[in-house]
Formats: sequence, structure tokens, C-alpha cells
Amino acid sequence: MSIERMSAEELLGVDKFNVDEGEAHIVVKCECCLECSDKPCLYICPAQCYKLLDGKLAFDYVGCLECGTCRLACRQLGNSGVATWTYPRGTFGVSYRCG
Amino acid sequence: MDEEESDRFDAIIIGAGPAGAACAYALARAGKQVLMIERADTPGAKNVTGGRFYTYALEMLDNGLTAKAEEALERKVTHEQMMMLDGERSLCIDYGDPSFAEEGKVPESYTVLRATFDEWLSGQAEEKGAMLVCGIRVDELIERDGGIVGVRAGGDEMFADIVVAADGANSLMGQKAGLIDDVRVEHMLVGAKETIALPARTIEDRFALAAGEGASRLALGGARGVNGGVFIYTNRESISFGCVLLPSVLAQKHLSVHDLLQDVKMHPAIRPLLEGGTTIEYSAHLCPEAGLKAVPEKLFRTGFLMAGDAAGFAVNQGYTVRGIDLAILSGLAAANAIISTSVPEDVGAVYTEQLDALGVHRAMQMASRFPEIEDDPRIFAIYPKLANDIFSTVYHLDPDSRRPLYPKLKACIKGDTGFGAILKDVRKIRRVLRQGDGS
Repeated sequence: MSIERMSAEELLGVDKFNVDEGEAHIVVKCECCLECSDKPCLYICPAQCYKLLDGKLAFDYVGCLECGTCRLACRQLGNSGVATWTYPRGTFGVSYRCG
Repeated sequence: MDEEESDRFDAIIIGAGPAGAACAYALARAGKQVLMIERADTPGAKNVTGGRFYTYALEMLDNGLTAKAEEALERKVTHEQMMMLDGERSLCIDYGDPSFAEEGKVPESYTVLRATFDEWLSGQAEEKGAMLVCGIRVDELIERDGGIVGVRAGGDEMFADIVVAADGANSLMGQKAGLIDDVRVEHMLVGAKETIALPARTIEDRFALAAGEGASRLALGGARGVNGGVFIYTNRESISFGCVLLPSVLAQKHLSVHDLLQDVKMHPAIRPLLEGGTTIEYSAHLCPEAGLKAVPEKLFRTGFLMAGDAAGFAVNQGYTVRGIDLAILSGLAAANAIISTSVPEDVGAVYTEQLDALGVHRAMQMASRFPEIEDDPRIFAIYPKLANDIFSTVYHLDPDSRRPLYPKLKACIKGDTGFGAILKDVRKIRRVLRQGDGS
């Protein structure tokens, strides 16, 4: 295959996930984000789980690679919009086959 | 004996990565009742490395263990490469040393993938008698009379004389135990990696490797002035390609870690190495990089110890990156401490002594000033440009030029990269490199 740029969605498409439909392991209070001028989450999340839609922050925990960067960056560089951050319940989330 | 007591373990280890598995291995070998609790389906399935692994740590855990690990490791590293990127240009230095993988000796380091390696190491601990449960997330620590006495996972409670938190760089357990506040974001790098499948022969041809041997390549520059670097490790039938970058600078410059990784992938000196390959995985991880500054002041309290990435035990020296070896050694140090003292209040102090004795503290101490170099824009932006300018001057053939080479070269070395400025940097680097030598 020819090496090309891949979008985050394409990259996440090759990963193995078991999405926990019953519990979001990260909860973002997007109203806090309205007042966050820097929005570090848009840049530091390798999975691009944080996006701007019509100028508003949108977050989806599906596709999260569980690195934890947003937890630190949001509190320390942003406006603490990440209200809850924990690891997914056992067996849920990403499963690396290489790592 | 009440019900709680009958379920009691000598030690509960949270996380079956290298720190947890090494700790379990050494404890079980000494006849202790050990339980490893892992939140992934299989050990390693939540873990990411660059990566490479230095074998001395396995040998310290148990003499001869590396030979058993061969199947779980990738390639013996015989080529150490350093690359400097500037725009589309690149300079690569390749140090080949077959003695790193000399016949009859334990190879110094291997490239590694964690899903395979961590599963193997925790399997070794199980063979020694440790118990492993997977697919369970530990939710809370159980505290009694000022000490940690067990863990709560789902609805279950499990008890032990000591709980070892080997739960990784983003240690929620360390926080629950009150030993760490938030890890400082400036002490962490965010890593993103693509694992790209290629046939073994193609990898060996592209990196000029003998069969079974591997290359480790670190690159400076190429991330549009963001602090950090790029890595390439050759596995048996894949290449680990990724970058580690400083989150605060990404945020400040409004550059995304995902975009920068894709930029570097398309670099004219990188893309041909990967061409024809298929991306089989995309992974991400936080990496402690600040040496001792990232290590919590206190790594223990009664009934509780922290080891591995959770304790900040990782080292990024620019030319080499270490974490798995320090994880194993800190796991071993924890086990030695637990084995050697029966007084719970004393375990922490013995753990500290063991970290010293096994060289973990020394490694952290020696690396603690490296970020001063790594976070200096001169290193990851100005010098890659200077190096490329010099080589461009040397190799660019201008048939009309009457200027000898020396004045042309001298023209590269001016201003920001004048002799005076370079000398100042050399002195600074010397100071950092001398850190920890006791002189």
C-alpha cells in the first residue's frame, strides 16, 4: 500500500475497540469549554476525540486511546471542562494487538 | 480466620505491565501469594512503547530470562541511528555495532511490542505461582487505620498486606493513595505511533540489517518547532513509527499531534522507509520525561508502593529512551522490599534503598537535567538546520564558484549558530552530561 496521510478516523478504524455503551469513561462539560480560549484538547488528543462543531466543542469518548493527555492538559492548560476522567471499565476500550 | 482473612494475599499488584509482572515474578518466586489485576483483556493490550527494551533488567530479575524471552521480543538492535530533519532535507548518522548482538552473549537491547512482551512476562510470573486476573479495573483502594489494606474492583473487595500500584504513567491509584497530586503536564510528552506492517526482508534491505537484527532511529526537527522527537524502530515484520511531543507547546502553537505525525510520515526521507507498508495499529501514550522531577516525592505509604511509569521511572536522554527496564527494576525493588521485611511500616524505606541498590535512582538522577537540552529550541530546531546547511554546502557542487569551501562553511556558522553560541551550548550540554557522575 502506498503510504499516505491518514485522518484520525482512518487510523482509529484499524484499531480494535470494545465500546462501553453503558458508561462514558470521560465526561466533558462542554459549557465550561465556551469560556476556554486556548482549547488545548483540540491539539493534544492523538485520537482527535475533541472537535469544534459550529464553533462549539464536541467530544466523543469512542476512539479514545486512553493516553490521559487531555486529563492533564484540560485541567492545567484549559478550563477544566473534563469533569470526569477514568479508565474504561474492565475489558472495554481500546485493545492493542501491537502496542 | 474470618472471611476477609482467608481471601487475603501477601500482595496485590495493580497492572500487569513490566513493573507489575516483574514484581509478581520475584514475589511468587519467594513463595508469596500474589494477585495481579489487569484492566485489559490480556496483559499489554492497554500498553504502548516506542520501543525498545534493554535486556540487563530481565537478567537482573532472573539470570537467563532474556533467552526465554526471544519469542516475545522483536529484533536485536545493532544499528543506532540519529536523524536531523530540516524542511525537506535530512541528515542521518548510522552507528552499526554487531557486538551489541554478539553470538553467545545476551544482546544489549531488542525492539519490542508490548502486547506480546507484557503477556509473556506476566505469563512468566504466573509460572512462578502468581495469580493473574484480567478484564478487571480497580476502582478504589481500601484504607484502614491509616494504611492501605486492599482494593475494590466492581463489587468485589480484595485484601493484601501490601498493594503495589503499577498502573502506568497516568496513575490514578497514586492519586487515590494521596501520594501524587496531578502529574504536571510539562513533565509529560504525548506519544502517538503507527505500527506499519512490512515484510522482514524489506525492512532488512531498507535499514541495511542482517536477518534478525534491528535499527533504532531517533529524529530531531520535523515537528514544526514543537519540542520532542520522532522515533522509528524496526520490528520483525513491522515498523514502529511515531513521535513524542510536549502537549503545552502543541496547545500554544495550535498544532495537532496527529497532524504532525502525518507530516513527518510524508517527509521525503521517512516515507520511502515505510512505503508499501500497511498501518495495522494507531496507538498513543503519555511518557514521563522529566527525570527526577516527574518522580513523586514519596512513593509509598503503609501498605502501598508505586512502581514503573506510575512512579515516573522513565528516561528520555535524546539519544536513547528507557522505561521498560526501569519498570522491571522498580518492580524487582518493590518485591525485594516486601520480601525482606515483615514490618509493614518499614517496607517503604527498604524500597527506597532497593531503588538505590538496583540503580533506578541513579538513572533518574543522571537524566533529570536532560530536558534542559531537549526542551531547548536550539537543539530541536536550530541545530538540525545548521547540520543540514553544512552538508548542503559540502555536497552542493557549483562549477562556477571560485570561493573555497572554508569561507562557505564559515558563512553557515554565524549569528545564532556562531562559534560563541555553539561553545555556550557545548558547555551547557557538558554540564548536563556530567550530572550524576559525582565529580
